[in-house]
Amino acid sequence: MSMKASTRQVDGITIVDLSGRITLGEGSVILRDTVRDLVAKGNKKILLNLGDVNYIDSSGIGELVSAFTSVRNQGGELKLLNLTKKVHDLLQITKLYTVFDVKDDEAAAVKSFATSAR
Amino acid sequence: MGGIRAGSGGEEQLVWKVAKPGVKIHPMSSNRVSYTLDSTLASVNSAEETASRFASTAGFEEDEVMRIAMAVREATVNAVLHGNAYDETKKVTVEFEKTPRSLVISITDQGRGIDLNSIPDPLAPENLLKTSGRGIFLIRSFMDEVQIKPSQAGTEIKMIKYVPGQAADRKEASQ
Repeated sequence: MSMKASTRQVDGITIVDLSGRITLGEGSVILRDTVRDLVAKGNKKILLNLGDVNYIDSSGIGELVSAFTSVRNQGGELKLLNLTKKVHDLLQITKLYTVFDVKDDEAAAVKSFATSAR
Repeated sequence: MGGIRAGSGGEEQLVWKVAKPGVKIHPMSSNRVSYTLDSTLASVNSAEETASRFASTAGFEEDEVMRIAMAVREATVNAVLHGNAYDETKKVTVEFEKTPRSLVISITDQGRGIDLNSIPDPLAPENLLKTSGRGIFLIRSFMDEVQIKPSQAGTEIKMIKYVPGQAADRKEASQ
């Protein structure tokens, strides 16, 4: 039920592998703290891998938006990778699917950061 | 956790397994049960889990069960956070009723009452990047009918989901 987050570096991009539920309480806090720590350490190219996130509530959606805007305000980029159908549908009905840069291939997603940085 | 059988002698016995701290169960009939919950995050999870079980038992498919459970989660979050403001002296009541045509869920808090005119449209361009304000929108998206009744004694939100194949009866049922 609870959420887990682990980070790894690929070609200068920080990939955050998330699993579980991003909901009000623990899940949202873990996401917020993880992104905040990354930005504080200067990691501003962040790819959130949501492949194992099977549930997000409105609080979790708000946390994704918050992460997106806070990274962007620091001059960085935050993109989403591997949305499950449930999360995809949620972002569609909230009209956030076109706000986020959503990718479905990790290698291509990593390259997209490099391209946009040039 | 002990199982509790709601009602007695009904044709469709529903089994409840929610004997958790902060949750009082009030079986009203075989197809109707009410829970009194503390104003805590644990209550939100309890209400969501119960809604999921209730919707499954009512015959909804997995995707619809998820939507119903999420609507209940969002409504309970509103009741606990915005209605009762985590006040431990205030309770949240969650009532489930299964009819042949629908699943009716009512969630009531003891807060000051929500101002319906103050809820912004989360799909408006200027609101898209706001970090909150999507709960009621999601509830309306996932349920077939939603009625919100604010008062100074609290807010009641009544949500109806029609059993597949029964949507044609919606108008008749709502009159």
